[in-house]
Parts: sequence; C-alpha cells; structure tokens
Amino acid sequence: MNKNSYKNKLLIWLPLAILGLFLLNISLGSIYIPLDQIISILSGGEADKASWANIILNFRLPKALSAIAVGAGLAISGLQMQTLFRNPLAGPFVLGISSGASLGVALLLLAGVTVTGIGYVSFNGWLVVLAASAGSGLVLLLVMTVSIRVQDSMTLLIIGLMFGSLTGAIVSILQYFSTGEEVQVYLFWTFGSLGGLNWDEVFILLSILILGILLSVLLIKPLNALLLSENYARSLGLNVKKARLLIILSTSLLAGSITAFCGPIAFIGLAVPHLTRLLFNTSDHKVLIPSVAMTGAIVMLICDMVAQLPGSDMILPINAITSLLGAPVVIWIIMRRGSMKNSFAG
Amino acid sequence: MSANLTILKTDNLSIGYKSGKKQSEVMSNINVELKRGQLVCFMGPNGVGKSTLIRTLIGAQKALAGKIFIEDKDFAKISAAELSKLVSVVLTDKINAGNMSVRELVTLGRYPHLNWSVTPNAADLKQIELAIDQAKVRPLENRKIYELSDGQLQKVMIARALCQDTPILILDEPTAHLDLNNRIEMINMLSDLAKETNKAILMATHELDLALQSADRIWLVGMNQPIINGFPEDLVLNGKIDAVFELKGFDLRTGRLEKKVGKGKVSLSGEGHAYLWTKNALERNGFEVIDDSEIQIKIKPYPLSWYIKNKGEHIVHTLENLIEKIFN
Repeated sequence: MNKNSYKNKLLIWLPLAILGLFLLNISLGSIYIPLDQIISILSGGEADKASWANIILNFRLPKALSAIAVGAGLAISGLQMQTLFRNPLAGPFVLGISSGASLGVALLLLAGVTVTGIGYVSFNGWLVVLAASAGSGLVLLLVMTVSIRVQDSMTLLIIGLMFGSLTGAIVSILQYFSTGEEVQVYLFWTFGSLGGLNWDEVFILLSILILGILLSVLLIKPLNALLLSENYARSLGLNVKKARLLIILSTSLLAGSITAFCGPIAFIGLAVPHLTRLLFNTSDHKVLIPSVAMTGAIVMLICDMVAQLPGSDMILPINAITSLLGAPVVIWIIMRRGSMKNSFAG
Repeated sequence: MSANLTILKTDNLSIGYKSGKKQSEVMSNINVELKRGQLVCFMGPNGVGKSTLIRTLIGAQKALAGKIFIEDKDFAKISAAELSKLVSVVLTDKINAGNMSVRELVTLGRYPHLNWSVTPNAADLKQIELAIDQAKVRPLENRKIYELSDGQLQKVMIARALCQDTPILILDEPTAHLDLNNRIEMINMLSDLAKETNKAILMATHELDLALQSADRIWLVGMNQPIINGFPEDLVLNGKIDAVFELKGFDLRTGRLEKKVGKGKVSLSGEGHAYLWTKNALERNGFEVIDDSEIQIKIKPYPLSWYIKNKGEHIVHTLENLIEKIFN
C-alpha cells in the first residue's frame, strides 16, 4: 500500500518528468527551434538550418546534460551529508569542499593573475577546473585525514566548517589586494554556470557522477544504519570509520567535480533531500538515493530554464535562481506537509 | 553443566578512557558472567561506570586491560561483523529515523545478515515477523516512529534487537522515561524473553524494586567497589544493596518506606486487603499498630466501615474520616 504508492511515483513520474523537462529545456532559448526539428536533430537526422543542429548539439544538449548531472550529484551528496551528520542543515559543502575549490580558483584568478601576469584567464578554461579540483581535493584529503583520527562525526562537521572559514578568509584577503576586474572574474565564477561546458567536460562530469552514484548505491546499507546512531550502526556490524570515509569520498567526488566545472552551486544539495523526504515520506536510502537524484535533476532543469529567461538573450546567474525559486517551494512544502523534525532527532 | 550455559565472561577486565598516553580507569577487576536464559540487572549509582562497561561489552570502546570472552572466544579477536551476530543492543542514543515505519526500523536489525542491497529473503522475513510478535509491537507495525510514545518506541527498539537474532541482548536503561506501567511491562517482557528465547539479557537499570522481582542475577557495583555478581535476594539479606545505594528511608527487607512513628499507638483488628490498607493509612500518618492499645479500631465488612473505640465510640465509612477522628 504505502510502499507501493511511492514506488509507483518513483518509477513512473520522476523519469517521465525528467524526459519532458529535458526536451523542454532543449527547446527553449534565445532562438526558436521547432520541436520536430529538435527531435530530428537528437535522433541524428538533418535539420532545416545547419545552425540549429549546432545550437542544439553543441550548446543546449551539453547544458541540459550538465543540469541533470549537477542536480543529481548535488542532491545525492547533500542527502549523504545530512544522514552522516544527522543534521538537517548539512549540505554537500559542509566539509569545505566548495571553499577549497573557491580558494583554488581565487588563487588562480586573483593571485595567479598578478604573479604570472596571465592577464585574463578564460572563464571556462581548464585552468579554472584544475584550480578548483586541486582546491577541493586538498580540502578532501585534509578532511579524510581528520576523519580517520576523530571518533565522532560532530567533530568532523565543526572541523569542516573551520576549513570553510579559513579558506573564506584567505579568499577575502586575496580579493582585498586584487583589482576590480579580477574580482569581477572571480565573482562570475561564484555565480555558477551550467552553460560553459564542452562535450569533453560534460563526459568527464558525467563519468565522475556515475562513479559517485555507484558508490552511493553501495552505501545504502551504511546510510540506513547510520539513521539510528553511530553506536547502533556499529552494533549492526558496520565499520563506521570506513563507511564515513566512503561517504565523504562519494560526496567529494560528486560535489567537488560539479564545483570544479560549474562553480559553487548553492541550495540544491541542501533543499532537494528535504523536498524528496517530504514528498516520499520515507527515510529509506534505497528509495531516497534514486528519488533524490531524479528530483535534483528535475529542479536543476527547471532552474536552468528560468535562468535563461525565455524569449530573451539574458542569462541570469544559476546560483541566484536555485535559491530564488527553491526557497519558497521548500517553505511551502514544509508548511503543508508538516515539520522536518520527524526526520531528524532533537 | 553451568559451564556451557555461560556465554559471556570477563577476566580481570579493566575499563576506562584512554587519550594519548593518559589513561583514566573507571572500573577494574571486573569478573562477571552472563548465562543463557537469564535476565541480569546491572545496578549501581549514577557515575559509577555502568555505561562505560556496557560500551566496552558492545565493542564501542576498548578495554584498558583484562579480557572478555564470548562463547570462549577472545573478544579482541571478534570482528565487528561477527560481534553483530552475537550481541544486539538497545541504547539511550537518540535515533534519527522518525520517518521510518516500525517495520522498517525492525528490519534494520536484520542488517548483519543482509548484503549491500538490503533485500531480506524468506528466512529474514520470518525473523522480522517473529521479532515483531515477541516484542508485542504487532499493532504498531505500520506506524511511523515519530508517532510513537516513549514506551512504544522502546518496545520497537527491543523488536529491532530481537530481529538481529543474537544470543546476547544488552540494554542500557531501557526503562528510563517510562511510566510505572510501562516499566513493569518492559521488565516482565525481558524476563519472559530470557526464558522463552534462551538469550542472555543484560539490562542496566535503576529500578531496584522491579529488578528484585524479575532478575535472575544482579550485577551490583558501588563507588570504588568491585562489581558483584549475585543472587538478588542474597544481596538484599547480606546488606550489599543497602551498602551500595545508601538507601535513605527505605527498608529493603520489608520492601517499604520506613515509617516515622510517634503520633500514637493503636490496635487494629480486621482481615485481608482492608486490614493492610488501613494499617498503611495509619502508619503513613504516624501511628504505630500494636497488639493492645487504648485506641481500638475494628474493621467491619458489608458495608465497609471502621468502628473506633477511643474517648468515645464512632463509626466511620472512609479511611480519611478515620484518621481525622483519631487525631482529635
């Protein structure tokens, strides 16, 4: 009964919604392209205008795919962090992953520019991706080292937040000594962007995402056991430290790669797990992981469509849209479906 | 015979906390054992280290010295996965699973027997059903955890532990926060479970009265005293329990609060419950009941009334009136 109803929702509605929104997302843009032309282009056929195929295949398709990847990846990593830290305010970036990435990018764009005299670094360049990956990877290594040494996850959470503050402070100092132009380039990166990826980058992002999702599927059992408490999880035969390490690894792969390619995209990772828990009324990660991933993809596709302001050439920063659109929806659902307290102790 | 009933044994165990080279010992020279089919109550004042010992026995922290044996196997050589098939627990930890149904929570107890995809097979499902019945939570089966009362949640946590199907069950203060009725139900259930399922059940508790009526053994520990594993009534009679708890105004031998007497002496005649409760009312109000006194009270049945012969003669129909009359 209860179980079947959410399984039905999961199996039918979410994939259908993703498919529909995916097509809609591709068909919207500053240039109008008829739907039959889009389907023809997607299925490998010819289009009436060659430029249409170019727009679809090299701009809109990679963007829609990265929206799906970003939404799914951030939502899964947010869910994992909320369960690991038993904290409804946790998100993919509580461990300082985005702060690390920001530091890497800030060093490149703010300090790097002055030191090496590159002048202007391409906004979508591989250098930015490398700098962000190096930054988040470094923080990841630090957090993993700490997680092997500390007993409880709460300590880890605080240390993650401290890393965040620390890198934030360094970025502030860098900004203070940078020119307005440099700061603007850096600011653009922090706004987040889905559109800048070429096919190579989309493939890398998608492969890392698949790796992270596979890892998170293997983590269903430990995540469910951790819902009780770390002591209970241990009594169920779980190696808590190993599980914690793998959860952090999975989250970092997902959130780190997304931040590297698309910038620090806020809100999705925090809100989508809550949204999904309320909609499906369950704590079981076997249901939550796929449904959170799909809900995340849906939310991101919608946000992306809103961000490109249908009918205009303007593209708003995706980071602003996710919160602008998401926050009222989450508030509305909480007011309607009751408190989140049910999912979190204390 | 008693040797093969023993499932858990400690040998000069010493427990406590270790950070770096600093070591703070909480309890030492622990030599206790658990036997199959027995309910053992673990008692002692707050802060004496009960939880530390429990944490050590469930593998949440390492022993400082000495050894624990489960089924003659050295505890230190038992992996977490193996231990989860030997010991199940009910802790005081807050759980984060409000959105789960009772059935889902009980199913978590099956995890040591499941692979990564956590799909129970026929045998697992059978054990889940059995655990739900054993802990008497069948009517709650489809409820959400956040809808449960403290007492119901505690029974569900016991069902979860039973679902784990281990020979040893360890509970840390399962009756805390429960009302009297739920406490009695809980302790009776555990006592029955020990007999029916032949499990060794260890329960830390402060419920002295309930423990004395249900426990097969008591592990008794006082401040800076070695832990004693004794037969409950013997511990009462040899004064060990009194020594540990330094009972204030509670006469353990009669199982009652000590009465303050001094208001006067009365003699009482009557039978059955009416006699007991009249005596209770008199003693609670400071009257000592003796064989022969100037004040005489006779209990008359049908309808229940009390005949008082004091300075005059009275008949009253409630105990409250009786106490008022003899005060005057």
